Parts: sequence; C-alpha cells; structure tokens
Amino acid sequence: MKTINLDYAAGAPLDRAVLDKMLPFFTEDYGNPSSGHSLGDKPRKAMEEARQNIALLIGADSKGIVFTASASEANNLAVKGLIKAGKKKGDHIIASAVEHFSVLNQLKSLQKEGYKVTLLPVDSYGAVNPEQLEKAITDQTILVSIQTANPEIGTIQPVEKLSALARDKEIPFHTDASAAAGWMELDVEKMGVDLLTLAGDQFYGPKGSGALYVRRGVRLMPLIEGGIQERGLRAGTENIPAIVGFGEAAKVARENLEERSKKFAALRDELKESLFNSIPHLHLNGHPENRLSRNLHVSVSFVEGEALLMRLQMAGIYVSSGSSCTSQALKSSHVLTALGLSPELAQGSLQLTLGPESKAEDIPYITEQLGEIAALLRNMSPLYHQYLKEENSNA
Amino acid sequence: MPEYSEKVMDHFSKPRNIGEVSDPSGVGEVGNPVCGDMMKFTIKVKDDRIEDVKYLTFGCGAAIAVSSMVSEMAKGKTLEEAKKISNKQVAEELGGLPGNKMHCSNLGADALHKAIEDYEEKQKVSAG
Repeated sequence: MKTINLDYAAGAPLDRAVLDKMLPFFTEDYGNPSSGHSLGDKPRKAMEEARQNIALLIGADSKGIVFTASASEANNLAVKGLIKAGKKKGDHIIASAVEHFSVLNQLKSLQKEGYKVTLLPVDSYGAVNPEQLEKAITDQTILVSIQTANPEIGTIQPVEKLSALARDKEIPFHTDASAAAGWMELDVEKMGVDLLTLAGDQFYGPKGSGALYVRRGVRLMPLIEGGIQERGLRAGTENIPAIVGFGEAAKVARENLEERSKKFAALRDELKESLFNSIPHLHLNGHPENRLSRNLHVSVSFVEGEALLMRLQMAGIYVSSGSSCTSQALKSSHVLTALGLSPELAQGSLQLTLGPESKAEDIPYITEQLGEIAALLRNMSPLYHQYLKEENSNA
Repeated sequence: MPEYSEKVMDHFSKPRNIGEVSDPSGVGEVGNPVCGDMMKFTIKVKDDRIEDVKYLTFGCGAAIAVSSMVSEMAKGKTLEEAKKISNKQVAEELGGLPGNKMHCSNLGADALHKAIEDYEEKQKVSAG
C-alpha cells in the first residue's frame, strides 16, 4: 500500500548530505574534543564549524551557541538557567498560553516554588497581542518567553514587537524558535532576543540535537554541572555526530531556505484548497497567511481526531491530532483550547506537516480519502445527526 | 496510536448496527465533546426483549468499537439480561482495551442501560 507521511514535524528522515557528514565521527574521527592530543582536533574543528553554521542560520555570534540534546533541554536551560542565575531581582515570569510543554511545565514547577506566572492569551489565530504583554509586565518581571512560531498550528508571533517591550524594561526575552528555525529567516539582532531555542531534527538534522543561543552578557546557571564543555553551561562529552549533523542541516537549510519555504507554502496552499473545496464543514486553525510554510491545521467538524487518524492510517496516510483521545493525558491540545476553539472542533483537529517526500500528485488521493472518512464517521456521529435535524427545522 | 486488539480493530473498521431505530422504545445518551466521547443508543423493545438496537457515536477508536460490541451483545437479549452487561464484559469481549481507554467501555454499557431505563420510565408513565 502506498504511504503518505503528513506528520513530518514529528519526525523526518535525515538529509543524505547530513548523514554522510556525520558517519566518520562514529568511527574514524571518534576523538574527544577536550583531549590534549591530536585525536581531538578533527572532532573539535567539526564541532566549531557546526557552531558557526548554526549561528549563521540565526544571525548570531557563534560564541553564543550552546549545544543541548533537544529543544526541550534548551528551553529548560533558558528558563531555569536564567532564573537560577538570579541576575535580575524579581519573581514574575511571562509566557504565552500556547508555549510548548517544555516551557509551560517548568513554569508550573516554578509556581510551586513561589514564582508568579502570567500566561498571555492569544487571539483566535494563536497570536499574542503586544498590548497584552505591555500590560502584564511589572517591576518584578524577570523573564518573558514567547515562541517564534507555534509548532502545532504554525502561527508566527510578532516577536520583534514583543521583545522591544521587554527590552525597554531590561527584561531578558527568550523565544522558542524550534518550529521556525530552518523554515523562515531568523536574525537574533532583528528579533531582539536574548535567548533562542533551536532543534536540528526540525529541519532534517538528527534527533537529539538542540541548541540555545545566549546573548553576550546574559548570565545562566548550568542545569548539568561537571566539566567545562560549552563554556561551563552544559557538562558532558559532546555528542559530536549529532552536533556535526545539526550543523550540516543548518547549512543546507540556510542555503535552501527561500526555495524550501516557497515550495512548501505553495504545496500546502494547494492541499488546503483541495481539501476545503471538496470536503464540507472543515475549519482552518492558525493564521491563514502568517504561518509556517510546511504547516496546515484543520478541524473536521462532528468527528473525533483519533478515529480520523486511525482511518487515515488504514489508507496509508499518517497525521497527528490534538484530540484528547490521542494524548496520553486525555486532554485536548492546550493550544487549540487557547484559540477558543469549541471542544468539538478541538477533538476533530488534524495537524498536517509537509516534508521531503510530499508532492502535489498525492493531493487528490489525500483529499478523496479524508473526504470519504469524514463522511463515514459523520454518518455515525450524533453531533452530525443533530446538526442535520437543526438544518432541516430551519429550512 | 494505542495498541488495540484485533477485535477492537475489527469493530472499529467495520462497525455494526450504526444509526437510530425508527420510533425507538428507549433512548440513552452519555458523554459530551469535552471529554471526547459521546454515544446515543436507541432500542426497540418487544415482549421485554431488545428486538433492535442501534447507536450513534462521536469518539475515538475504542469508543466506536465499544458501541459496536455493546449493540451486538444486547441484540436479542431480555431487558434483565441486557441490564447485566457490564463494562468489564464489554472490554473482555473486545479482547481488552488499553488502560487509558477503559472509560470508553463504561460509556457503552451506560448508554445501553440508560436506554433501557428510559423505556422502563415510559412504561411506568403509560401504565400509571
């Protein structure tokens, strides 16, 4: 059976060039960058080249790049690392309600320790209004953390405007750019951010590769203490193959940024048109234009996401959903709830992300299958039958 | 995707007895979109026996399979027998359900029992 992956944000194959660059560091060039002898030279040079490539992707100084094992770790280093360093006095942290759990769950823990947290609401597209941030800032605010783009619904945040408000009050600004990096132009100077999170596996690099950009002068405490790797901000022997792959993926992403994002935006729009033209009662989630190029997010009215996901899988199509039944915690996505989406629409949500093997030729099949599956599940949905009755009585 | 048994997948991919019986003797509704599952069972009762049973379900794979299984288990049973169908039995008949999906089997049995209660209430009213 033919298979179509529409869930590349969850996992994507490595770029071939990335893998080739990584392989020697598992075998021939296995040395430790911290060694005093020459076996460490090649890995060390490769690591610094990777650091340079990652810095270039976000317009940063390579000295500011700290390697981590994931974006989650980078988010933890940013938030807890900054707070533990305690340079700025205060006990108030601001974030958006649609941050990744690796930010939100830290804030929950910090609340238990006595910190005060404000989660900014978002509009129906998922964007933070800068006025809301301005109102939330107090003289006790020590950190603002707002993502560059939402990993689930793809909406891009007005980071420049938001960071300017924090900068005015000399409050450090962190942005989780893990969903955005490699897919849109990022420049830490233009964005005005002090801390920025990246992940290599989000742009065809290896899993287990992440980084935090730290602006010069911003003090952090390490989460992992030990040796002085990563300028003392993250102890432990560096994962050289992952770092090298991360750097190469950043280079390829930078060189192909415009082409990739144009190609995916066009393909995504074609898929969107096709779905909305042939399937009734679909709802677009996230901003119609101001969103990540590879992301499409829709809700199928009257039906539940896990049932959609299972049926689509039977047709060889892989997607993800924000429904409560697909989450281990049995809660529907906090992002969709923050948009003010009705519980029914949140349950019927589908996240579709494009990747290297996505092609226009597959769109008719995807449309046909989703259309049939939606019709089949609606036929057995009490919500749909209720809707039909109401329609009839109004007619 | 959770690990579903073959039986669950069978009922999910080929659900039996979908719909609403016309002029139902009893109707039972449980759940809501907030919790993610919603079921509506309609039954036709003749001589204290469930002659026909259909359902409409909004929910995950387990919820759909549970509805289908409950409808099969209830069909042809006397009301007293059908009342004894427990969520545990439903889960067992389906070859087990993942831990976090057990609540779906509660819903199926509850919806059926509510439909029976609804029928019995109506009987009382018409008898009274």
